[in-house]
Amino acid sequence: MLLIKNGRVLDPARKTDAALDILLEGDRIAKVGANLSVADAEVFDADGLVVAPGFIDLHCHLREPGQEMSETIETGTRAAARGGFTAVCCMPNTQPINDSASVTRGIVERAAASAAVRVWPIGAASIGSKGEALAEIGAMKDAGVVAVSDDGKPIATARLMRQVMDYCNSLDLPVIDHCEDASLFAGGVMREGPRAIRLGLKGIPAQSESICAGRDVELALLSSARLHISHMSTTGALEYVRFAKRAGAHVTSEVTPHHFTLTDEDVRYDSNYKMNPPLASRSDREALIAGLADGSIDAIATDHAPHHPASKDVEFDRAPFGITGFETALALGLGELVHTGKIPLMRLVELFTTGPARVLGRERTLAEGQPADITIFSTDHPWTFHAAESPSKSRNTPFDGRTFRGAPMATIVAGRIAYRR
Amino acid sequence: MLQRLSHLLGVETLTREQINFILDQSKPFQEFQRHPLKKLATLRGRTVAIAFFEPSTRTRISFTTAAARLGADTMALQAEASSLKKGESLIDTVRTLEALRPDGIVMRHSSSGAPEFVAQRLEVPVLNAGDGTHEHPTQALLDALTIRDRKGKLEGWNVTILGDILHSRVARSNIHLLAKFGARITLCGPAMWCPPELECLAPNLRRTPRLEEALEGADVILVLRVQTERLHEPALAPEEYIRGYQLTPQRLKLAHPEALVLHPGPMIRGLEIDSAVADGPQSAVLEQVTNGLAVRMALLYHLIGGAAADAPHPAKERPNASD
Repeated sequence: MLLIKNGRVLDPARKTDAALDILLEGDRIAKVGANLSVADAEVFDADGLVVAPGFIDLHCHLREPGQEMSETIETGTRAAARGGFTAVCCMPNTQPINDSASVTRGIVERAAASAAVRVWPIGAASIGSKGEALAEIGAMKDAGVVAVSDDGKPIATARLMRQVMDYCNSLDLPVIDHCEDASLFAGGVMREGPRAIRLGLKGIPAQSESICAGRDVELALLSSARLHISHMSTTGALEYVRFAKRAGAHVTSEVTPHHFTLTDEDVRYDSNYKMNPPLASRSDREALIAGLADGSIDAIATDHAPHHPASKDVEFDRAPFGITGFETALALGLGELVHTGKIPLMRLVELFTTGPARVLGRERTLAEGQPADITIFSTDHPWTFHAAESPSKSRNTPFDGRTFRGAPMATIVAGRIAYRR
Repeated sequence: MLQRLSHLLGVETLTREQINFILDQSKPFQEFQRHPLKKLATLRGRTVAIAFFEPSTRTRISFTTAAARLGADTMALQAEASSLKKGESLIDTVRTLEALRPDGIVMRHSSSGAPEFVAQRLEVPVLNAGDGTHEHPTQALLDALTIRDRKGKLEGWNVTILGDILHSRVARSNIHLLAKFGARITLCGPAMWCPPELECLAPNLRRTPRLEEALEGADVILVLRVQTERLHEPALAPEEYIRGYQLTPQRLKLAHPEALVLHPGPMIRGLEIDSAVADGPQSAVLEQVTNGLAVRMALLYHLIGGAAADAPHPAKERPNASD
C-alpha cells in the first residue's frame, strides 16, 4: 500500500483541484479523500506538489524491434518515466514494421519484460506502411494495438485512407494520420519561409500538412471514423480540425512540445532542429497555443524520436528527422504555456491525461478502482536538462542544457514507483 | 586593427570593413597575375586541402592555382575518389583530412551549411567554396572586386540579378554583400524561382517577373547560370526561359548604357545569355575569372598565411609569412 499525502490533486475528468490524499492498493486506487491515514501504508509526502492522473504520450518511437542502437523499449520507457509518463504509445515504424499480430505480440512481450511504464503499441494501417493494402488490423487489435497509423509514411491515396477509416470504425479503433502531401513535401528539410531561404535549405510548405488534413477530415466525415491528427503544426490543419469538430466528426489532434516552443526562426545548421513536421512559423505557433487553450487540440504528444548520435551528426539535409522528447515535455508545457499565463494548470494536466485518454476511447481519472497510474510533479522545481544524463540511448534534442522551472517528481505505474526525482 | 577571420563561411556575417579589407588585399594579387613569373613563396611549406564534395571545375582550378601561386602545396579530395561512396560520414572524412595536417580546408559541398558544420568540429580554417543553395562567398567577393574596378566604386548601384534565384548560392552571397553597400537590388526570374520570401534577405530588394522592368536603369546585371537539371523539374521548357529571360543585346539596351554584365559561369550561350552580350564590351565575364584568382589568393593569405601570429599552439608556428 502507498499513501500519497499532502498533495494538490488535479483531476481534469472530475474537475477536482483540492488538497487530497490518495491510497493505492496493489495496482489500483483504493481511496481518494482528505486527511487519509492508514497504519501500515508507505507514505509519499507530496507536500507542495501536484498529484495528477498518469500522463499518456500518444506518440513516440521506441525503435524496438530493429533499431536498438537508437533506443529500446527499456531505455525509452525509462526516459518516459523520468518525463512523468505512465503510458506511451509507440509508433509502428520499427524493423520489421508493426503490421502484424506477431510483431505486436513481440512488442507486448518485450514491454512486459523490460518496460518501466505501460507500452501501448500502435499498429500500421497498411502492410509495410506502403499504403497499398490494409494490414492485419483486427488481429493486431487482439494482440494489443490501441490505434493504427502509417506514421512517417502517410497514406498517399484518399481511397486507401477511406478503407482504413471504414475498417477501423468497425473495430472501434482510432486512425492516427501523419498528415503530409508527398508531392509538396518533395525532399524538403525545414518549413518553407524566410529562414529556409536564408539558410538555403529546401522548404516544405505548410500546405503539405494542411491539404492532407483537409482530405482526412473530409474522409472522417464520410466514414464517421475516429481520426486523430498527429503532431499538428499548421494553422490550416487546425482550422480543418475546428471545422470537423463543429460538424460533429470524431476528429482529434495533438501538438508536440517543440512545436509550441520553437519556430522555424530557431533553425540553424544543427540537425537537432530537424524534425517532421518541421518547426513552423511564429504565427502557426501562436495559433497552436490558442488551439491548446480553447480545446481545439486534445493532447500534447512528444513524438519522441531517438536517433543514434552518429546518424544525427551529419549535414543538415542528410540527417534523419526527429528529436527526443519525453523528459522535457512537461517542463516545456509549464514554461511555455502555464507560467506564461496562456493556459491554466488544469488544462495542461488535461492535455497530458484525459485528453489523450479520450483519443484512445479510455477513461483517465483519480477514483477508487482506477489503475494506480499517477504522475506527481512540481510546478516550480528549478533544474537543467542534460541530455547526456538521459536513460535514452540517443541525445538528439535542441533542449540540452536548457533550464526549467517545474519537473516530474515521481511517476507511479500500477502502484509501483517507476521514477522518483 | 581588423578582426582576423578564423573561417570564411559566408558573406552574410562579414562587415563592410572586412569586405573592403579583403578587396584591398586582393589588389596586389590582381597586379601579380600579369607577372611573367607567377609564383610567390608566401605560403611555402603550407598545405591547403581542396575538399570538393560536389563536382566543380572552375572554382576548384581557381583555388588550386591560387594556392600554387602563393607557394602552398595542395592536397585534393574529390567526392568521386573519396570514401564517401563507401559510406563514410562527412565528419570522419574531414577528420581524416585534418590528420594530414593541412593549414586550411577549402570546401565545396552540396549540402547547405556543411562548411559551418565542419568548421564547428575542426581546428583548421575552413573556406567555403560553395555550399548547397546557401552561399558562395568567394564568388560574391570577386564580383564585388570586378564591380569596384569597372565602375570605380562599390556603393549604391542598381543591381539586377537574373535567373533561378531560389536555388542560387551566388545570388544569396551577392545579395548579402551588395546590400551592405547600399545597392538597390532587383530579382528577376520565373515566379517559381523567385518566391516572395527572398525579400527578407535584404532591404531595398524587389522582385519582378518581367525582365524589361528589372533591366530598366540597372547599373549591374548579374546573370545566373540556368541549371538544366532544374529546368527538367516539372518547371519550364528552355524555349520558355529564353523567351522570357534571356539577356539579349536588345534587352540590354533597357539598362543603363554603361551597365556591367556579370556571369559566374559556366555560361550556357543561347540559354540565359546571348553570345553578343557575353562577348560584348559591357561583359566582364573573363575579368571575373582572373579576379577570382586574386580574391582567393588574398583570402588564403589572410586565413592561412598570417596564422603564426595568433596560433594557439606552437605546432602552427611558421617562419615569417612575408618572405
